[in-house]
Amino acid sequence: MRATAAEETQSGTLVLLCLASWAIPGAGHLWLGRRSKGLIFLIALPVMFALGLALQGRLFPFDLNEPLVGLAAIADLGIGVPYFIATTLGYGGGEVRAVTYEYGNAYLIVAGLLNLLVVIDAFDVAMGRK
Amino acid sequence: MRSHLVLLVIFAFFVSLIFAVIAKDDGREQLRFGGMMFGGFLASALVLGWLMYPFPL
Repeated sequence: MRATAAEETQSGTLVLLCLASWAIPGAGHLWLGRRSKGLIFLIALPVMFALGLALQGRLFPFDLNEPLVGLAAIADLGIGVPYFIATTLGYGGGEVRAVTYEYGNAYLIVAGLLNLLVVIDAFDVAMGRK
Repeated sequence: MRSHLVLLVIFAFFVSLIFAVIAKDDGREQLRFGGMMFGGFLASALVLGWLMYPFPL
């Protein structure tokens, strides 16, 4: 059975919403009119990511030979545009001798994973489940 | 900033904040949920820290 034009438009909008929500933390909630939630995500998640970089954390490479490194890279990428800004500006090299290295990694990875949760939440709100 | 406790507190704050905002819609519920989660993070970290104290690596 073919999808109707309205359904296709809705699914296209949902894809755009999820992409926007991933790229800019909180953008999905702002789009849906959840202004206070969106602003909290927009501020808190990039700040957490920036703290991870400041703590000498590493943005892991996509190394499929090292499964944990690959998974950490996917989690890092979860933050969206800030990831690309950081890599473009040369941040995220990681200083393994720094006392705060592991904390930095935890901040970077968890900020990315939390943003992916925010994307799922925006999807649920758009679907009317919340 | 090198204090492990301060870094742990900041980490717990951010994670609790995001989870509270995702999970609850009402401001008072968010505060209650986030506060309990934040306290749980700190309490469990301190308890686990002391439990591991006799077993240095």
